[in-house]
Amino acid sequence: MSRTTLSGWGRTTQSIATLETPRDEDDVARDLNQSREVIARGLGRSYGDAAQLSGGVVLSNLELGGVSPIDLDGTISVGAGVSLDELLAFSIPQGWFVPVTPGTRQVTIGGAVAADVHGKNHHVDGSFGAHVKEMRIVTPAGALTISPTSDAELFWATIGGMGLTGVVISVTLTMMRIETNQVRVDTERFSDLDGVMAEMLANDMHYRYSVAWVDCMTKGARMGRAILTRGDHATRRETNKPTLTAPKSAKLFVPFDAPSGLLNPLTIKAFNELWFRSAPKHQVGEFQALSTFFHPLDGLRDWNRLYGRRGFVQYQFSVPDEAGDTVVQAIKRLSSSGVPSFLAVLKRFGPSNPGPLSFPIPGWTLALDLPVGPSALPRVLDDLDELVLGASGRIYFAKDARLSPEKVRAMYPRLDEFLAVKNRVDPEHQLASDLARRLDLVGS
Amino acid sequence: MENAFGQPQNVVVLGGSSDIARAITKKLCAARTHTVVLAGRNQSLLDEAAAEAREYGATSTDTVLFDAEDASNAQRTVSESFEKVGGEIDLVIIAVGLLEDQFKIENDAAAVERMMMVNFTWPVVALAEIRKRLVAQGSGRILVISSVASVRVRRVMYLYAGAKAGLDRLCDGLADSLEGTGVSLQLLRPGVVRSKMTEGQKPVPFTTGVNEVAENVMKGLASGDRVIWSPPLLRYLFMVLRHLPKPVWRKIMEN
Repeated sequence: MSRTTLSGWGRTTQSIATLETPRDEDDVARDLNQSREVIARGLGRSYGDAAQLSGGVVLSNLELGGVSPIDLDGTISVGAGVSLDELLAFSIPQGWFVPVTPGTRQVTIGGAVAADVHGKNHHVDGSFGAHVKEMRIVTPAGALTISPTSDAELFWATIGGMGLTGVVISVTLTMMRIETNQVRVDTERFSDLDGVMAEMLANDMHYRYSVAWVDCMTKGARMGRAILTRGDHATRRETNKPTLTAPKSAKLFVPFDAPSGLLNPLTIKAFNELWFRSAPKHQVGEFQALSTFFHPLDGLRDWNRLYGRRGFVQYQFSVPDEAGDTVVQAIKRLSSSGVPSFLAVLKRFGPSNPGPLSFPIPGWTLALDLPVGPSALPRVLDDLDELVLGASGRIYFAKDARLSPEKVRAMYPRLDEFLAVKNRVDPEHQLASDLARRLDLVGS
Repeated sequence: MENAFGQPQNVVVLGGSSDIARAITKKLCAARTHTVVLAGRNQSLLDEAAAEAREYGATSTDTVLFDAEDASNAQRTVSESFEKVGGEIDLVIIAVGLLEDQFKIENDAAAVERMMMVNFTWPVVALAEIRKRLVAQGSGRILVISSVASVRVRRVMYLYAGAKAGLDRLCDGLADSLEGTGVSLQLLRPGVVRSKMTEGQKPVPFTTGVNEVAENVMKGLASGDRVIWSPPLLRYLFMVLRHLPKPVWRKIMEN
């Protein structure tokens, strides 16, 4: 037990909590019994204040390990504290990949459930929760095994429930067969946003994975120039190097906090220019390693330090198809306000999951990294909230560090359904986080 | 909880009916603040400030009466204010202060004691209780309104500036003592501000309105800088002024 300063990946708001590292379900149950307020934490990759709880008890899930053998149909049981990195090191050599991976392998299975993470294949495969068969969780009302058929209500409230319905102990999920550790990638460069969005609408369904990187710093005719990369796992026949070795950990790291102004409009513009020019105009059938394609950010450890002491926020929203113009409006608002943003990520979303706090909406999602500092930023993002809300869209909790409770209520119309389930398993409101306090998700 | 831009939700303002405090409260409420407890010595002014806070977006306001001329009530005032908020406190503003015409009071022991009490002793005693409660909470910020006058004490206002200087330096050490507790303290050093407090004073350069001060506070909360200057230019001006030889300093400041 120790008092520890915790913050999210964006390193903005810090708070102090008592950090415990339970080794099993019984430890978790005991910690819940003995503490006023509790939240679980994995590898701390949520950008905001989701995995911290000032003055409360934070349960690190990193000792909740264990990986079962993989069944013939791909079923595996994994401890909540196992990272995707560890899981993939185990599964890739046997020809299995995780059905959904976010842009980093450094998330735990528990965190992947709590944030219901999505990847470049959401339009085809849905989010992480869609592949979970069963979970073991500890709630203040006791330990439970839940699935889509056994207490479906609690199961779907826990998927994307930001850890507020219980502490995830282990997860049974279905893995995806792969023949090689390569991805066959098509890359295309677009000089404007309309072009790339039209292409994604027309042809994304022919690819399992698709993502566009958009430049938010260019104005006028070149506003929103983009690079679209799409692909699928390479088969043994397609590649001449049919190997199944797992990706290695990054050797490069950022050793100290950069000065706060390092990422400013000038340096970001220069970076975007370089990055845009380095992409091929049109290239088909290139083979890339899994880690290059899925986890480019894992190549540089502690990259969040590049943003300096003040840190950064990520703004990610989803809007329905008919509101595709919101993406254009949002990027316009940013590029005209002079608020610098690193590459924005644009993707297509498939259907939502049945959970009351499901983030994806069939349509579009845009994610932006924004250094804290410009005094216009808070206001610009408040304006974007209005824009997103007007388009019946919503903001992703795992990235949020600045939304207001009123907006959450409007963006998540099934919030009361979630709170009712939470109340049932947590009548004393013991499961809380700084995010939950900020956004009124603790319950009353 | 406060958000990534240092915009708080639950706020306590000690000296909540002062003009600067009201301007800051308005800006906070327009951003994210929904619960405000205002403490001060005049109920009708507090009610006015509370109504204004609600007008700007606060959903819950309350008031606490106290008199800063008696430090024995500081602990109670803080406890009562915190309890009226109910949940976690994100920001405590200390906007307690008293400026009197020095030429009238400098030989009056009781009046001098009053100046020290309101500008120094009461805030420091209150800080002890605030510190204790916020450290237990593991998060929160304290904003102490100092003054640019505290940087180098001038003859014409040595009582006020001296008391503020004491508070300012003490808070610098107090802020260091909070490292690693999740709690932070920031100092606001405004230049001359047009307000009730400075009514009738002769105009000086770099005088601003209260809204500019509040705007600089919002920026300072986002940046987390230890000292918030208003206007920001004063920071650089005083880098020079504070090191001027005494005769030059007096020549500049007393004309």
